[in-house]
Amino acid sequence: MKSTPDQLSVPPDGRPYHDQPQWRNDFPIDWPQDELVARRDFTKFLVLTSFAFVVGQLWIVFENFARKRRGQPPVRRVTRADAIPIGGSLVFEYPAAHDICILVRTGPQHYVAFNQKCTHLSCAVVPEVAKKRFYCPCHNGSFDLESGIPIAGPPRRPLERILLEIRDADLYAVGIEVRA
Amino acid sequence: MNLEFFLDPNRCIGCQSCVAACSECDTHRGHSMIHLEYVDRPISVQTVPVVCMHCDSPTCAEVCPADAIKRTGDGVVQTARKPRCIACNNCVLACPFGVPKMKTEFSLMMKCDMCYDRTSAGLKPMCASVCPSGALYFGTREEIEQLRPRSQPVNTFQFGQQTITTKVHMMVPRDSGIQNVDVLSAMNEEPVARMDVFDEIDA
Repeated sequence: MKSTPDQLSVPPDGRPYHDQPQWRNDFPIDWPQDELVARRDFTKFLVLTSFAFVVGQLWIVFENFARKRRGQPPVRRVTRADAIPIGGSLVFEYPAAHDICILVRTGPQHYVAFNQKCTHLSCAVVPEVAKKRFYCPCHNGSFDLESGIPIAGPPRRPLERILLEIRDADLYAVGIEVRA
Repeated sequence: MNLEFFLDPNRCIGCQSCVAACSECDTHRGHSMIHLEYVDRPISVQTVPVVCMHCDSPTCAEVCPADAIKRTGDGVVQTARKPRCIACNNCVLACPFGVPKMKTEFSLMMKCDMCYDRTSAGLKPMCASVCPSGALYFGTREEIEQLRPRSQPVNTFQFGQQTITTKVHMMVPRDSGIQNVDVLSAMNEEPVARMDVFDEIDA
C-alpha cells in the first residue's frame, strides 16, 4: 500500500509507509484507512469464505460416510429386565462412560431408552411417566415418552433412541438410532 | 481558517472551569476528560491543564493490542472504539502525557477528543471556550502571535528516546529556549522528606 494523503499518522521510526512492516498497513492508526475495504480484500474474503463452505459440505459428506462404515457401538448389558418396576426408570451409560442414557419401563414387556441429553442445549431430561413425556427443566422442553419426538418447548430434534433387546431376561443396549 | 489548539500553562489559575465545561461536551457527556494537574502541590498552587496533544504518531494507538484507537483524517485521536476496546489499560500507561482515562464502568478507554462534535463544526472545544485566563486557547496562529508576542508555540517534545510531534501546541517563552526535561531521571531521584522542602522555601 502506498502512502496516501489519508495517512497522516507517522510511524514512530519516521520512515515512509512502503518501508514499514506489513502489519502496520493491516492495522492502520488513521480512521480513513481503517474503514477502507479494498475491492481486492473483499473479493479475497468472498472467495475464501465460499471455499470454507465447500470444505464444510465435503466434511459433512465424509462424516456421514464414516458413520455408516463405523456401524453400531458394541452390545452392552444394561440390567435384568424385571429389575425395574413398570413405570420405573434407570440411568445407564451407553455406548461409553459419561454418555448418560435413560431407560423407562412403560409396560410389562415394553421398554424404551433414550440418550438423556436434551437436543436443545444438552440438559438432562427427566422422565414423567404419568404425563407420558420426558421433561427438560432447563427451558420447559418436552419429548414424547414412547418415541422421543419433541412435543413442546424449544427442542426441534428427537432424542437419540437407544435400541434395546431382551435376551434371557436381561436387557441389552444394542445400538443407537440417530434421527434428524 | 486553520484553527489550532494552544496550551499556555503559565496562565492557568486552577479555577476548574475547563473541568466542569469538559463534562458538558456531547461526545463524553458527564465525564470530564481534561486533567487539571498540580505541579508540586505541597509547595505551589500552580496548576497545568492537560488535554490530549493529538500526536502524529500516537503512542496510545501504537500500544493498543486491540486496534481500537484511531485518528480521524483531521488528526484528532479519538476515544477507543467501543466494539474493539478490551480495557487493558495499555494506552493509559503508555501515553507520555497521561491523557487517556480508563472508564471501568464501560470497559472503555475514553480520552479528550478535542470536543469532536464542536471542533469538526468550527466551534471551540468546551475547555477553550470557558478558560478565563487564556491558558487554553483555540484559534488561528495569527491570533495567538498577536495575543502572546513573547511566547512561541512548540509542538515537539522529547521523552527519553522518543521524539513526539503533536497537533496541539504548547506556548513557551520565546527568549528562554526550549528545555526538555529528562523524565527518566525521575526514576533515579531520591525521595525527599516534605518537611525539608518547606525548610528550603523558608530559607
